[in-house]
Amino acid sequence: MKITKNAFLAGFLIFTLFPVFWMLKISLTPDRLLFTEGIVMWPSRITFDHYYAVLLEGSFPDYFINSFIVSFTTAAMVTIIAALAGYALSRFDFKGKTIIITLLLITQMFPIVMVIAPIYNVLTFINLVDSLAGLILVYTAFNLPFACFLMQTFFDGIPIELEEAAMIDGCTRLQALEKVTLPLCLPGIGATLGFVFTAAWSELLFALMFINRQSQMTFPAGIMNFVTKFSVDWGQMAAAMILALIPVCLFFAYIQRFIVQGLTAGSLKG
Amino acid sequence: MNKAWFYLAPTLLFIFLLVLVPLVTGISYAFYDFDLISGTKEFVGFDQFKRILSEDEIFTMSLVNTLFWTSSSLFFQFTFGFALALILNSGFKGIKFIQPLLFVPWAVPSFLIGLMWVWMFNPVTGPLPYIFEAIGLMDAPENILSDPDHAMWGPITANVWYGIPFFTIMLLAALKSIPGEIYEAASIDGVTRFQAFRYITVPLIAPTIIITLLIRAIWISNFAEIIIVMTGGGPANSTQIVSTYIYDTAYQKMDFGYASVLSIALLFMLMLYGLTLGRIRRKMISYV
Repeated sequence: MKITKNAFLAGFLIFTLFPVFWMLKISLTPDRLLFTEGIVMWPSRITFDHYYAVLLEGSFPDYFINSFIVSFTTAAMVTIIAALAGYALSRFDFKGKTIIITLLLITQMFPIVMVIAPIYNVLTFINLVDSLAGLILVYTAFNLPFACFLMQTFFDGIPIELEEAAMIDGCTRLQALEKVTLPLCLPGIGATLGFVFTAAWSELLFALMFINRQSQMTFPAGIMNFVTKFSVDWGQMAAAMILALIPVCLFFAYIQRFIVQGLTAGSLKG
Repeated sequence: MNKAWFYLAPTLLFIFLLVLVPLVTGISYAFYDFDLISGTKEFVGFDQFKRILSEDEIFTMSLVNTLFWTSSSLFFQFTFGFALALILNSGFKGIKFIQPLLFVPWAVPSFLIGLMWVWMFNPVTGPLPYIFEAIGLMDAPENILSDPDHAMWGPITANVWYGIPFFTIMLLAALKSIPGEIYEAASIDGVTRFQAFRYITVPLIAPTIIITLLIRAIWISNFAEIIIVMTGGGPANSTQIVSTYIYDTAYQKMDFGYASVLSIALLFMLMLYGLTLGRIRRKMISYV
C-alpha cells in the first residue's frame, strides 16, 4: 500500500516538474552545445548568458516593466471595485440582485474571441487602443465578475454583528466597513489581488490583439512576437520563460494552502 | 434607491461598457458580411447561418474535435487529480514542501504551457520523441504535433498537465471537509478501508465531483490558447476545436461576420448544456 502510494507520488512529481526542469536546462545550455550534444539530461557546461541577454538587452526589460504596470494596476483597481460590489452582494438585499448575479455569471460563459473586435472599436472610440491604459481597463472589466464573487464569499465569512456594533457606537456604514470589516478581510483582499495579478500577468489574446507598438507590449505578447518574428533563439526564450514564471510561482506557493483552507471553510458552511 | 447600487455602480459601469456592449455588437456582426478590400459591411440577414448548417465541413470536424478534446482532457485531469487528492489527503512526510510543487502547473500562464510542451514534443529540443521510440510507440523520433492522426494528444497532454492541480485542490477541499468522526465510528463498526472509501467518501464528495466536472467541461471547451500556441489548429485542421476555428476565421481570414455566427452557435450549445447542468444541480440539492 505504502509502496504504491510512494510510486504514484513520485510519478506525479516527475510528470509535474520534468517540463519545467527541461526548460531550465535549455535556458542554461550554451548555444553551441544545444545542438552538438543532442538530447541530454544536463549539458557538460552551463552558462547564464541567456539570462543576461534577456535582462539587459533587447526589449524584454520593457516587456517586464509593462507587464508589471498592467498587472499591478489591474489588480489594485479590480480589488477596490470588487470589494465594494462584493460588500453590496453580501450585506444588502435588493431588487435585481439575482439579475446582477446572473449577469456576472453570463460574462464567464461566452468565447472571448467573440468580443475582441468590438472591444477594439470601443477602445478606438475612447482613444486608448495600442496603450497600456486601454489594456488595463479591459483586464479590469474581465476580472471583475470572478473577483466580486470571491470578495462576496470573504465578506459572508465575517459576522455582520461586528459592523452593527460599530454602527451603534456611532460609525457610519462606510466607516464601519473601513475600520472593522476591511481589516478582517485582509487575507481575502490579498488573495484577490494575487489572483487578478496572476491572470493579468498571463493574459495573451487581448494583449496580442490590442497592442502593436513594441514599447507597449506586455510580456506574453512580447514573447509570442519573439517566437514568430525571429529565428528561434531557444536559450533566450527559455530564460525569458523561466523569469516569467518566478513571480506567479512565488505567489502561488504562498497562497495554495490558504485556497484549500478557504474552500474547506466554504463547503462546511454550505 | 437602494444603497447597494452605489457600491455596485463601478462594477456595472465596467461590465456594461467593456463586456455587454461588445457582446451585443459581436452578436450583431453575424448579420453582416464584411468586405476586407473595401472595408465595408453589408447587411445579409440570416444568410451566414445557412452556411454553418449546410456547407461547412470544418465546423462539423471542429465540433467532433471539441468533444474529443474536452472529454479526453477532462477524463485524465479528473482521474489523476482525484488520485493525487487522495494521496495528499492521507498525508506523508514532507507534504508541506511537496504539495506546493505539485500545484505549480496551475500557476503557469497557458501560452507558456503551450510553448513548453511544443519543445518537449519537438525532436530537436525535447526528449519525448525519443522516449516514444524507445517504448515502441513510434518507429522513429518524430514530432507528434505534425501527425494529423495523433496531433490532438499534444495539446491534450499539455492541458492535462495544467488541469490536474485544479481537480486536486477542489477534491482535496471536499475530502478535508468530511468530519474524521465518521471514519472513526465506521472503523469501530469493523468497516474496512476500502468499504469506508466506497460507502462514505465517494457518496459524500459526489456532489463536488459532478459539479466540478460539469462546470470544468464548459471552461475546457472554450479554452483555445494552448491549441493556438501549439498547433494553430493544424495539421489539416486535425486539432481545430470550435473556439480555435472562431479565432482562425476572425483573425486569420478576417471574416468577422461568419466568426460571429460560429460564436453564437458555440454559445447556444454551451447555454443548452448550462441549462441541463442547472437541472442536475437542483435535483442533487433536493437529494442531499
